[in-house]
Amino acid sequence: MENFLQQLINALTLGSIYGLIAIGYTMVFGIIGMVNFAHGDVFMLAAFIALLIFLALTQLLGLASLPIAFLIVLVVAMVLTALWSWAIERVAYRPLRGSFRLAPLISAIGMSIFLSNFVQVVQGPRNKPVPPMFTDFVRLTDGPLSVALSYKQMLIMAVTAVLLVGLWFVVQKTALGRAQRACEQDRRMAALLGIDVNRTISLTFVIGAALAAVAGVLYMMYYGVVNFADGFVPGVKAFTAAVLGGIGSIPGAVIGGLLIGLIETFWSAYFSSDYKDVAAFSILAVVLIFMPSGLLGRPDVEKV
Amino acid sequence: MPLSLAHALKQAAIAGLLALGLAFPILALRSDQDMNNRLIVETRWSWAIGAALAIFALRLIGLYLQHWRANRPQSVRSNEARKDYGTPLAWAGLIILFAFPFVILSLLGPQGALKWINNYGIQILIYVMLGWGLNIVVGLAGLLDLGYVAFYAVGAYSYALLSTTYGLSFWICLPLAGLLAAFWGILLGFPVLRLRGDYLAIVTLAFGEIIRVVLINWIEFSNGSAGISSIPRVTFFGLPFTAGEGGFAALFGLEFSPIHRVMFLYFLILCLALITNVVTLRMRNLPIGRAWEALREDEIACRSLGINTVNTKLTAFALGAMFGGFAGSFFAVRQNFVSPESFTFIESATILAIVVLGGMGSQIGVAIAAVLMIGGTEVLRELDVLKAIFGEGFDPAQYRMLVFGLGMVVMMIWKPRGLISTRTPTIFHMKRRAVSSDLVKEGHA
Repeated sequence: MENFLQQLINALTLGSIYGLIAIGYTMVFGIIGMVNFAHGDVFMLAAFIALLIFLALTQLLGLASLPIAFLIVLVVAMVLTALWSWAIERVAYRPLRGSFRLAPLISAIGMSIFLSNFVQVVQGPRNKPVPPMFTDFVRLTDGPLSVALSYKQMLIMAVTAVLLVGLWFVVQKTALGRAQRACEQDRRMAALLGIDVNRTISLTFVIGAALAAVAGVLYMMYYGVVNFADGFVPGVKAFTAAVLGGIGSIPGAVIGGLLIGLIETFWSAYFSSDYKDVAAFSILAVVLIFMPSGLLGRPDVEKV
Repeated sequence: MPLSLAHALKQAAIAGLLALGLAFPILALRSDQDMNNRLIVETRWSWAIGAALAIFALRLIGLYLQHWRANRPQSVRSNEARKDYGTPLAWAGLIILFAFPFVILSLLGPQGALKWINNYGIQILIYVMLGWGLNIVVGLAGLLDLGYVAFYAVGAYSYALLSTTYGLSFWICLPLAGLLAAFWGILLGFPVLRLRGDYLAIVTLAFGEIIRVVLINWIEFSNGSAGISSIPRVTFFGLPFTAGEGGFAALFGLEFSPIHRVMFLYFLILCLALITNVVTLRMRNLPIGRAWEALREDEIACRSLGINTVNTKLTAFALGAMFGGFAGSFFAVRQNFVSPESFTFIESATILAIVVLGGMGSQIGVAIAAVLMIGGTEVLRELDVLKAIFGEGFDPAQYRMLVFGLGMVVMMIWKPRGLISTRTPTIFHMKRRAVSSDLVKEGHA
């Protein structure tokens, strides 16, 4: 029982991170129908930016207070990653809008290869051990197998919850959100009604990247190590989450993320941690084959 | 309208400033472990400023280029027949390919030629063959496969395991490897029959990764990430390429040299690649080949016309996988070593990029793309000139994949339809002619 509870906490933590990345996939797919293959690498880039800012703050500027440093890192990483993603969209995807359907996907794959190798070249191929942060924890039960909830895990869940509420507000209540939903339904009609479609798409990339940046910061803090190759597998898993929840649906992405977190954690805990990636990839295949519209997605009807 | 210098400079300055912002932490700061494995950070402003200046210059050039292109008299794209350069180009290429090792050998001698034939000739031909194999699936049938490397792995491991466990020779294993890969092609193709476009790409990617993870973790079967070493080398139809009695050199009265084996491997992969090509070209004229191309253009119309899409898709998968399997077992016999490291997603992406860059469905285009991409990245390994410019610590090989990724993006923006963006319809009126692929509908899924 204790083990189960502990795994549940771990799973929700991991699931929150996947959910944050998955939102970026799902929003971009919803609005331009493209799998943004480089999104996982944007997440990895964010983790590196966060690490470098954190080191600069603590070592070069001598900032002692950890919470303040963390807050600054979070904000700066979000802004810079959003800028990167904006630039990527502008350079690599926008010229291909309206081109044949494989072109943006290939371009995104190229971008993904570029980003991971760029980070490898400029920051070195070795694992970067991050200085430990927020190491305290709360014991929820006493006993030989106690259940512990660490401050890190609380922070991850709290940050995720706050961001999701913020995102819900943006999408449902603001002009930008309305424009996004309109573009999702019918881009040409939205343009006729005076919506700046290109700007809306850019902002979708920006929002997705900012959320991925938060995921990157949390990932770096939680696991205490980052590597240039860390973008691919979490990226595919987050994409699985987006598909599982129904691609195009933001609540679906979050639910999918939590489910993938649960499945992966319990699979590692009770079966085999070597094959945990196989579990995630198999779910992706099974969901796409048997339930292509996911849990909350709209079924995709092809009109002739 | 002339482009004002002030405007161009302003645009370029904005791009440069943006680049400075992007470069700020990732280029200007560098983290490294010290003796206690603790990360320390140091500043490296020159890199960030250099990047910003480079982007400034590139944007300026780009603006003028764009301006020049916009003001150029437009050529009207028409449905008129284009001159078909394909056939003479193909024959010229064939002659060059057969002459290549002999020319290199006479120019550089056996020692120098070894590297050239191996690194350029064989390496590029493997990718040409893989590109042609994948071209059946992606280029002809229009099924986007991002896990092609799985079949390459099946072929390589088939030969590695069959030869080391049962002592079977390469010439028996080669067809077996092809059959096994085709079998896996059908096995993996079956569940994904209903999927199209991006979804199909992602599922095939997942399959490719599953096979790789299983190869890493199932140690009893594949020896895990350590891989399988000392795989038997290729023989000249039974004659080993060894120095002693009964070897290839002794029998033909030649002086023993490692170049014989490399030359043989070169012609072996050349023949395998050409078989792939001939089979594909012949298949295009068969009903099944026409069904593939019809499927690529419009699946619903295809079904309405009574084409069995299940069989059409599965044969494409199986045939593509079979050639991948042949190439895989060639890879194993060439390297004498296989490990899951060789079958990563990057390989699949590379092969797909070759097919798309070549202009999907164009055989000669795929070959040119393979030469450009693989040859180009191999050349980068050699460029000692760059070392002289950027200092001794500069290792061009590091930048290979970086340039490769960037190249994929640039190529897509420059020529999204690939290098050979014409289609030669298999059915034609009066005269065979090529049409621009912009006029082809293709894949609205």
